Amino acid sequence: MRTYAGHSTAEKSNELYRGNLAKGQTGLSIAFDLPTQTGYDPDHELARGEVGKVGVPVAHKGDMETLLDGIPLDQMNTSMTINATAAWLLALYIVAAEDQGVGADALQGTTQNDIIKEYLSRGTYAFPPAPSMRLIADMVAYTVEQVPRWNPINICSYHLQEAGATPVQEIAYAMSTAIAVLDEVRPRVREELMGRVFSRISFFVNAGVRFIEEHAKLRAMAVLWDELGRERYGVTDESQRRFRYGVQVNSLGLTEAQPENNVQRIVLEALAVTLGRDVRARAVQLPAWNEALGLPRPWDQQWSLRLQQVLAFETDLLEYPDIFEGSVVMQGLVGELLAGARAEIAIVAEHGGAVEAVPYMKSALVESHRERIRRIETGELTVVGQNRFTETEPSPLTADGDGGILVVDPDVERGQKEALAAWRAARDQAAVDGALAELARVAGSDENVMPATIAAARAGATTGEWAQTLRDAFGSYRGPTGVGEAVALGDASLEDVRDEVERLSEALGRRVKILVGKPGLDGHSNGAEQIAVAARDAGMEVVYEGIRLTPAQIAASALQEGVHVVGLSILSGSHRELIPSVTAALREAGVGDVPVIVGGIIPTADVAALRAAGVAAVYTPKDFDISRIMRDIVALVSDRNGLSATSAADSRST
Amino acid sequence: MTRDGADLGARLRGGDLTVAPAVLNLVENRTPAAQPRIAALLAEVAPAALGGEAPGHVIGLTGPPGAGKSTLLSQLLAGWRARDRSVAVLAVDPSSKRSGGALLGDRARIDFDPGDRAVFIRSMAAGDRLGGLAPATRAAAHALAAAFDVVVIETVGVGQSETEVADVADTVAVVVQPGSGDALQFLKSGIMEIPDVLVVTKADLGQLAVRARRDLHAALRSLGARETAVVAVSAVPPAAGVEELLDALDAHRARGGVAARRLRARRLHALADFAEEHGSRGMRALGGRRAAERWLAEQDPGLDVAALGRGLAARAGEGG
Repeated sequence: MRTYAGHSTAEKSNELYRGNLAKGQTGLSIAFDLPTQTGYDPDHELARGEVGKVGVPVAHKGDMETLLDGIPLDQMNTSMTINATAAWLLALYIVAAEDQGVGADALQGTTQNDIIKEYLSRGTYAFPPAPSMRLIADMVAYTVEQVPRWNPINICSYHLQEAGATPVQEIAYAMSTAIAVLDEVRPRVREELMGRVFSRISFFVNAGVRFIEEHAKLRAMAVLWDELGRERYGVTDESQRRFRYGVQVNSLGLTEAQPENNVQRIVLEALAVTLGRDVRARAVQLPAWNEALGLPRPWDQQWSLRLQQVLAFETDLLEYPDIFEGSVVMQGLVGELLAGARAEIAIVAEHGGAVEAVPYMKSALVESHRERIRRIETGELTVVGQNRFTETEPSPLTADGDGGILVVDPDVERGQKEALAAWRAARDQAAVDGALAELARVAGSDENVMPATIAAARAGATTGEWAQTLRDAFGSYRGPTGVGEAVALGDASLEDVRDEVERLSEALGRRVKILVGKPGLDGHSNGAEQIAVAARDAGMEVVYEGIRLTPAQIAASALQEGVHVVGLSILSGSHRELIPSVTAALREAGVGDVPVIVGGIIPTADVAALRAAGVAAVYTPKDFDISRIMRDIVALVSDRNGLSATSAADSRST
Repeated sequence: MTRDGADLGARLRGGDLTVAPAVLNLVENRTPAAQPRIAALLAEVAPAALGGEAPGHVIGLTGPPGAGKSTLLSQLLAGWRARDRSVAVLAVDPSSKRSGGALLGDRARIDFDPGDRAVFIRSMAAGDRLGGLAPATRAAAHALAAAFDVVVIETVGVGQSETEVADVADTVAVVVQPGSGDALQFLKSGIMEIPDVLVVTKADLGQLAVRARRDLHAALRSLGARETAVVAVSAVPPAAGVEELLDALDAHRARGGVAARRLRARRLHALADFAEEHGSRGMRALGGRRAAERWLAEQDPGLDVAALGRGLAARAGEGG
């Protein structure tokens, strides 16, 4: 049992880890901040507002050494939530262990390292798909010989469900990702090692509230994994073909409305992965009840831990053999999912495998997510407290209004920048230059990139320098947005809005035009994508700018495109820093009169500050009704252009 | 009322790039009130006002989805900026027939420095116009060519869109990716007009790209199109072919004929606009299409589309 941890600086995180280890925690779980995840140093323009925000910043081996100071790495099982820059962070970990006198062969742990889901869901990629896959394969090939107890990759279907995947899509895309990795690794390792490689691949899955079907999903994955090992990779040892997975239960289904209901959702989701012993999860992470409101506090996390402990220690859940053995219903359900997944895996294969099929899978997920939203809006899908049974007594849990947010001290960023400058000034620059030159050479060749990466870590190179060297070698990349392929719906829920948009467009003289984008490094683009597609279906011209935008880019686009409204989405908690800098940039570009609306995980306490910075409206997860948001936009644009607002002026949001 | 339009036009003529957003906002405006302002703007950048054709090089860049147009545009932008040329891009995306809305996605895929005032990128929806060009695109391209060194009109499609682009652009480049035989088939069968430059992307694909280039060469030879340059480019480091493409685009323009091409285009557009507004009855009043074309050919080459249109309308009003 672990809690996902990582706070503001390496020193603070180290204190936290040591405290947890003293209390009996057995492993480390390290979350990195977004600049570290995407390969930027704290002083990079894109890092603004994100340093130390969703995890610990690690810019060089000094930070890694501080982070792990006093922690015996030969005894530790360390899980690192890191993908695009996984090779680099593993290298830093190996070097930090070296300095403790611990050899790489003694290291145990996991790097998440699933890049495909970054393109599909989280957006924290750094390089194009093909070279990213090469980095992963190099790492797998390296670890299987040099760091044999390391799990180099943890394939994450979790994030696919968060991005809207159906169970069939979740199974199929995870398996397709595994196939892409294994196919890439195969030519790099000796044939007899393939069994070991196969056994080192684990999964990180999601569990939604439809817990019977979710349980069947896991059984189906186990069947496919076994089959894949046997048939495609010739793995003869049955134990090496066992489907190993960790789980975090669904966050997508958690609601901001009546957030206490999330507790029972979380418990039911936990059952999905624990009910049948044959496919029981090895590690379970439960989210906090108030995740949709902001960053959970220690007390909220403790509550989640207690949910697990009640299940494990009070109930009889763990006392029986597999309770679905012989169940015809379960068997039938598994069979359906298998058939669906096999068909979808075949489609991905037709596209040329998971790497080539990224745009296909992305647009399929955007469609699924839209369908889910549509079903909630129409009431086909019940979400208690959100679209049904919405009347509520006042909640004592959220009475203080802030819903419990952990705020990162803005001084952290300045401190990290200064520390980085000092690090650069103190190191042997010639050694760094030499190591990076060698890295660039290796990147352009067929050689395994790990030794040069470890050498660069040892020499004192920074995260940003390592990543930039590879960006130069591999080319920069913007992932597909998936929205362009979304089917244009003429659905009835937007019929009225379309009329309003039409009337407003006539009055304006040209079609209502909206810019939708995500400032900063947060890559969770589901919300922005859904707004973009809905705005198109409502009849607007939509400039969808995607993720990772600087305020200057957003302002330039708003000006050049002549948009009537700007929609921004942020889920990382950096809205306090980023949104005001965007509105300032808009003013500077001479388009300060274009209204800005913001969506994301925005605590109520922050709304006033955003409005003061010039934001016209703020939307949070409780505003699930997209057609209403569209009507608000029409009213807002009418108002700002001095036109008599159409019928929707009464439903303006705050 | 027309002062602001004339002012924008005058500033474009003076090389003021910062008015580009306002120019686009105006030429896209379809209210009746905006029409005289647009006419005033365009009159200021008409050949008569400029003392010749607008100096900018108008380039049509077209190709099927996924051919790598945005990546190519990023590379071309960098190349033009390195040659110290200002660039305006009009990225045209199709509109949804069902909602009238449009997802203008290309901008996100084009790399540019937001602080660089000499680069202007505008997404435009094609609207309901067949052939792939937004209604205001032509006017915008003509206007911007007075101030920007290069104006790129990017459209999606193959087989038809380059036909309309060809009526606006001085140089048409069709982008194809290796392995998709569409362009080759369309070229051979005459569905696609012969472009001025053919760009084969993803040259890093090796054999496939070499074969694509060879096939296109062969098709062009058999069509007698010896002047069409075929350039292979690659965005994968080390990037290749972009300098060659920039040179090929310049070479096409240097071959001349721009003035004649633009003049012809202006006259055709005036006639098309007239036909759209007045229908077949209007055409009959002009004595038919051929008579109208003959009349247009006799007009002052410095007149812009609006002026020619007014002339046609007046003539139709006289009863031919």
